[in-house]
Amino acid sequence: MDKSTNQNLDKVFSALSDSTRRAILMKLTNGDVGVMDLAAPFDMSQPAISRHIKVLETAGLVTRHRQGTHRMCRLAPDALGEIEPWLSMIADRYRNKYDRLDVVLEAMTPTIQGDE
Amino acid sequence: MPPLQLTLEGDTDVLVTRKFNATPENVYRAHLEPELICQWMAAWPGWTMPACETDSREGGAFRFEFDGGEEGAFTTTGEYITLTPSSLIVHVERMHMPDPAPDSHVCTTFEASGTGTLLTLKMSLPDAESRQGMMDMGAADGMELSYAKLDEIMS
Repeated sequence: MDKSTNQNLDKVFSALSDSTRRAILMKLTNGDVGVMDLAAPFDMSQPAISRHIKVLETAGLVTRHRQGTHRMCRLAPDALGEIEPWLSMIADRYRNKYDRLDVVLEAMTPTIQGDE
Repeated sequence: MPPLQLTLEGDTDVLVTRKFNATPENVYRAHLEPELICQWMAAWPGWTMPACETDSREGGAFRFEFDGGEEGAFTTTGEYITLTPSSLIVHVERMHMPDPAPDSHVCTTFEASGTGTLLTLKMSLPDAESRQGMMDMGAADGMELSYAKLDEIMS
């Protein structure tokens, strides 16, 4: 990974840190959606949704294009490709560690649990 | 045992949650006592911990050496910031490869849950440079992106 990729990864993480933006992204995994239609399920103004879309666009996660009179949003190809391995690696690392910890804990003398 | 959950929180945090069939006291101890740590903290198959030292007091330091034979070796050092027996460990750590990567701030909580323990680990996202280091160490092969999986970890 070069430096520019890493800088973009920071943008991606930041973009994904918001639940509305994650929901928009998930919606787009089923295909292109109009900008107006994207706002529908959210209790949010159109400008607010547009700002979220802008953040996703800046992070390289979505692209916008015109289809007739409609402005459409599309998931950028391989948009999440670079963040996913990183998160997977973290998850794998802890999964492995904690599976081994299970074994260690089993061998420890059980301590009395208080009445629950 | 429910699977480990990983979620993103806020701008900079990764949250890992996992349940254990053991008391909070034991799970906490397993994080601080060298003879217990060395049995589980090496994350990858075939890796060992030739050195594991902890000064488990607030302000105390720890040092873990990991050896993966042909796959390499690295050292992690850090300091304990807050230690609340059986419930909370706050520490900073850094990997040396061999130059020290930037500090990573980690908060681990242990809560009684039924007859077991719910562990929650909150890690501030390392910056790009340390992520790079972790990727170098972690050998993340070009996995196919799966939105379903992403959905699972983001939900």
